[in-house]
Amino acid sequence: MTAPVHRSIVSLGALVVGALVVVTMACGPSYYEVPIETPIKAKLDISGFQRVLVAGFVTGGSDEVDANLETVRLLRSQLRSKSDLRVVEADVLALDAIAAAAGGPVSNEEPTPGAESDDGPRIRTEEDLEHYEHIFADVEYWRALGEEYQNPLIVTGSVLFTPHQRSGYVTREQEAYDSFGRRRVTPVRTYTERRGFILRPKFVFIDGRTGATMYSESFREEILYNAQQNTPALSSYFELMDRLVPSFLTTLSSQTIRGSRTLLR
Amino acid sequence: MGVRGVLIACLLVVLATGVAHADARSEAVSQVEFGIAVARRNLWKEARYRWERAVAIDPTYAAAYNNLAVAYERTGEFDKAREAYERAVEIEPNNLMIQQNFDLFREINDRTSTSLDR
Repeated sequence: MTAPVHRSIVSLGALVVGALVVVTMACGPSYYEVPIETPIKAKLDISGFQRVLVAGFVTGGSDEVDANLETVRLLRSQLRSKSDLRVVEADVLALDAIAAAAGGPVSNEEPTPGAESDDGPRIRTEEDLEHYEHIFADVEYWRALGEEYQNPLIVTGSVLFTPHQRSGYVTREQEAYDSFGRRRVTPVRTYTERRGFILRPKFVFIDGRTGATMYSESFREEILYNAQQNTPALSSYFELMDRLVPSFLTTLSSQTIRGSRTLLR
Repeated sequence: MGVRGVLIACLLVVLATGVAHADARSEAVSQVEFGIAVARRNLWKEARYRWERAVAIDPTYAAAYNNLAVAYERTGEFDKAREAYERAVEIEPNNLMIQQNFDLFREINDRTSTSLDR
């Protein structure tokens, strides 16, 4: 008597499991993560150029980083590995001195606001930088430079890398354990002093054949650390430049950005 | 035809509409599922076609718009992708997965197209 009952229970169980498998297969997951590659078209048509010269930058702000040299080195290395252009190896131009010699503020008798002596950078603020902007519109200068290097695309601009500090309330999570040993995390607002840097680069793209500006783009990035944290200025500079390099590269060459997205049923 | 007749007629209309909507949704779902299957085999053109059909069949299907936006992103059609994401978010504003996709899309799009000047 018990054997048939047992058998029917087993077969009923098998039926339920089978039905569950069928239902699960029919329903399936409601979402799927898929890798995607997003193509980003170049903003600038550079088909007329085979070579690129990252000439130099008017720089200012912190004197802890040689922003001219570091920016030129970084952009040249990125262009070498991520664009089809041949990168011209040339000495880095001291563009602020060239701008001054070409009729900028240093050649004038009256000093620029924020100007300092030889022991520190003359450019401290965006207003100071404006006095050097005329160099980018000097078509003759850029055309002559272009001729010297067989008419490349010229990349220049300005970089202002300034120290920055901000104080205020910051919300952070505080961990605590109650009498039963249970972990609890509560948000706590504390007054914190933070220090960091602001990076304001402007990239100017010049046609080396004509000396005319083809395109320019400005950015602003900032980073703040806890005041007790001692982060070297050069690390901060590279951290901020890392955020901007993809935008810089998409100006010149088509790029692919890898990521993932969720497809839904 | 009395009041009872009118009520029955209304009920039938409501039922018929519901059934029609359910039919449209079920057809759109099958297009979406087919699209997912082919997208996972990297056949994005076919997937895109399926999801375009799905939104045409059922314009209230947020998942279809979401998937279509992903397909447009994949082919670099960012204006269309933004429109599709916006429509998906409009239909299901509390869907975190759609929101996350849209945020990722915006991050790339803003990073590559926005700067302080030109």
